[in-house]
Amino acid sequence: MGIEGIGARVARKEDKRFITGAGRYVDDMVVPGMKHAAFVRSPHAHAQIKGIDVEAARAMPGVIDVLVGKQIKADGIGNLICGWMVHSKDGSPMKMGAWSPLAVDRVRYVGDAVAIVVAETKGQARDAAEAVEVDYAELDAVTEAPAALEGGAPQLHPEAEGNLIFDWGLGDEAATDTALASAAHTVELEIVNNRLVPNAMEPRAALGHYNKAEDHYTCWTTSQNPHVARLVMSAFYNVAPENKLRVIAPDVGGGFGSKIYIYPEEIVCLWASKKTGVPVKWVADRTESFLTDAHGRDHHTKVKMGFDADHRIVGLKVDTIANLGAYMSLFSSATPTYLYATLLSGQYDIPAIYGNVRAVYTNTAPVDAYRGAGRPEATYVLERTMETAARQLGVSPAELRRKNFVKSFPHQTPVIMNYDTGDFAASLDAALKEADYAGFEKRREEAKGRGKLRGIGMSCYIEACGIAPSAAVGSLGAGVGLWESAEVRVNAVGTIEVLTGSHSHGQGHETTFAQLVSQRLGVGIDTINIVHGDTDKVQMGMGTYGSRSGAVGMSAIVKALDKVEAKAKKIAAHLMEADEGDIVIENGELKVAGTDKTVPWFQLALAAYTAHNLPQGMEPGLKETAFYDPTNFTFPAGCYICEVEIDPDTGRTEIVQFVAADDFGNIINPMIVEGQVHGGVAQGIGQALLEGTRYDETTGQLITASFMDYTMPRADDLPSFRISTQTTPCPGNPLGIKGCGEAGAIGSPPAVINAITDAIGTNELTMPATPQKVWAALRSATRH
Amino acid sequence: MSDVSMVVNGRKVTGNVEDRTLLVQYLRENLGLTGTHVGCDTSQCGACVVHLDGKAIKSCSILAVQASGSEVTTIEGLAPDADLHPMQAAFKEHHGLQCGFCTPGMIMTAVDMVRRHPGGLDEKTVRNDLEGNICRCTGYHNIVKSVLAGAEAMSGKTETKAA
Repeated sequence: MGIEGIGARVARKEDKRFITGAGRYVDDMVVPGMKHAAFVRSPHAHAQIKGIDVEAARAMPGVIDVLVGKQIKADGIGNLICGWMVHSKDGSPMKMGAWSPLAVDRVRYVGDAVAIVVAETKGQARDAAEAVEVDYAELDAVTEAPAALEGGAPQLHPEAEGNLIFDWGLGDEAATDTALASAAHTVELEIVNNRLVPNAMEPRAALGHYNKAEDHYTCWTTSQNPHVARLVMSAFYNVAPENKLRVIAPDVGGGFGSKIYIYPEEIVCLWASKKTGVPVKWVADRTESFLTDAHGRDHHTKVKMGFDADHRIVGLKVDTIANLGAYMSLFSSATPTYLYATLLSGQYDIPAIYGNVRAVYTNTAPVDAYRGAGRPEATYVLERTMETAARQLGVSPAELRRKNFVKSFPHQTPVIMNYDTGDFAASLDAALKEADYAGFEKRREEAKGRGKLRGIGMSCYIEACGIAPSAAVGSLGAGVGLWESAEVRVNAVGTIEVLTGSHSHGQGHETTFAQLVSQRLGVGIDTINIVHGDTDKVQMGMGTYGSRSGAVGMSAIVKALDKVEAKAKKIAAHLMEADEGDIVIENGELKVAGTDKTVPWFQLALAAYTAHNLPQGMEPGLKETAFYDPTNFTFPAGCYICEVEIDPDTGRTEIVQFVAADDFGNIINPMIVEGQVHGGVAQGIGQALLEGTRYDETTGQLITASFMDYTMPRADDLPSFRISTQTTPCPGNPLGIKGCGEAGAIGSPPAVINAITDAIGTNELTMPATPQKVWAALRSATRH
Repeated sequence: MSDVSMVVNGRKVTGNVEDRTLLVQYLRENLGLTGTHVGCDTSQCGACVVHLDGKAIKSCSILAVQASGSEVTTIEGLAPDADLHPMQAAFKEHHGLQCGFCTPGMIMTAVDMVRRHPGGLDEKTVRNDLEGNICRCTGYHNIVKSVLAGAEAMSGKTETKAA
């Protein structure tokens, strides 16, 4: 590895602008003539709209226009859609209700957009929004998914009888029932995976600009995938054809999944710009973000796992109710199905698995992928069950897991996935050692002497990343392919631009992608620019989520670099009168192997563009494009061990040690990978200890709609983390990368809850394990 | 509407603003200093921290008119005579940022933290004193490292690599 190549801890190129305040986020954009928007939102969880009176608002100072749902419908703007078709067990397609960008006759959750006000200033827009009079007839609301399935529950959409969107199954139910019936031991649990609000620090924002002279739209938006936004807004929402719509996602302040989706606001801002003739900017305040960003998780699950007399798992049956909120968000159907039940085999060799998932409408914000997306839910189910099984069987949690690990690869699970490689014991052993697992009982005793209850818990996770092989996801219902594109442009003086369809919103692509090019061509990363986030610059791309930018996005760059190198070698061979096969690229030079003949990289690039002396028939220039479609998912895996101390008087949990041992395959920049693990683990600990989204079950009001009410992890809630990596290179892509973006959030919640339940001696504990809940559980517990 | 006059990053500025204009709005919208960010509406997140007469404040919790007559330093003015302030350099060197949205507020808070603790900082103090700044990306691990390293560099004990 060179000092800037693959494997080097290179400080990030993009940091300079962020640490000096020169980053450019959507809210920082100013367009001449730009005006400001505020949305009128439903204060009710469920209501009929009897009428909307906008006249008073229209007369307010600075107001340019007030626009409502009937107008957007009249202009032919389409409903929002879910882009992944899931079929129920009976073969029927999922039951998708209509989601108008502005509600027309009914609102279904608090925050549902009803009208947009465009005014000279943000303050004036907000004042006027309060003056829009909407005549609502309130309806009963339901917020919890199990309640929404009960007879007599309020009905949200006429398309979905009983609020049931689909009743889906994966695996062999009969074989699983047979295996469980013959099991020597069975473990049963009921598990709630708490609803979370992603809370990227930059609130969502959109700036729509219709240019009348060119009959062309530009949308600056907080998106993880601007090309998908353009595709969907063009093909399904009828905003504008793709050639008339440019989508720019500039610096984006975190996403964690919540900025994958196309929301009503960017559609409405673009449409409103044409209606009003001015550029329209909207920026969410934090409470709007809480109310309307897609939430994550929210599963109710019953699980049953069977073991033989030798403690090998014989079967696993899972029954899950998934709350999808009031409308189906863009990938909401895939998250609790193909990203969830397909991971129910975990790291274990399980002969029979059956997963049943019922997806349900409720009067809450739409629910979709949030960091991990389905895989944290699967891991939580499995790893809570494994820890519980070990306690019930009276065996070591570590050794019960080890006994059941998949040990040979490739391994076909009963739930679609084919694990290509891994070494689960290596991560387990690394974590056990780093955590001094063997010495724990001594520490428990020592803590007892100080009046503290100490507990330890582990979690062995696997995830499917590198999303995803297009044909495979197409056969499962995806509306898009999940390849990635890259273009490598060598300029005439040898500097390089890499255009990628991946999108960085904190991941550091401007550095890691440049490291790859530096490794291949031997040029410094300062001569390489990574271009992303603009549909006018990058032709097409699928964006960043599902830990796919390294495994898929960088593989596309590798393919484009292969083509650039091949052409460069042809030119070099011609210039040096050598055989093409003898040319090597090293340290920024093209050399004839075994001789002292060289052509510097910049000179080669210049030769390609002057075209004075190229091989016969060769086109001038040095620029290549590639699309890379993965052949399989990748399978990052690892072991996390959490150690806690609980104050029995207050129920407060302190995380005294957190160990993460991960196998991400090959690593481009260890510093950045460590940062991804830190952040993921913090979000997982947040889920386990702090973050609970609460709707009032009667009124449907979101009670936790600000940072005063929803507990975000803060610096003093967390320890410093002890992390390491083990490496089995991924055989499925040219760089051997598995991906690291989501692991921390997937592996950590069960480790934390397993540690707390170990400390307090009861399994009766739901996330977030607040001091009040831990204290109450402790009072009702009898030690096992 | 009210007249405001203050010194921002060493430059005297005057303006006429709606009475309800927050300092953060004045900085961002009137002066174009967009490095100061707005991440919440309840003065919880700290993305808007600037220095007012040398002390860290949340610029979302004060009106522009209240800041009239004061000296304000924003992230853009933190290193007037250098490429980077030692705290900025420490955040880069120790990967104390990912998406960058909370970063200006973190750095402004960290510089003030060093001022308030002339005896030096330790991890516990840093974590405690970051109570008013939220980051969703880093898990704070590398922010804590950055603040400690930046504090050392500011005290002249160690050199932090300039970017």
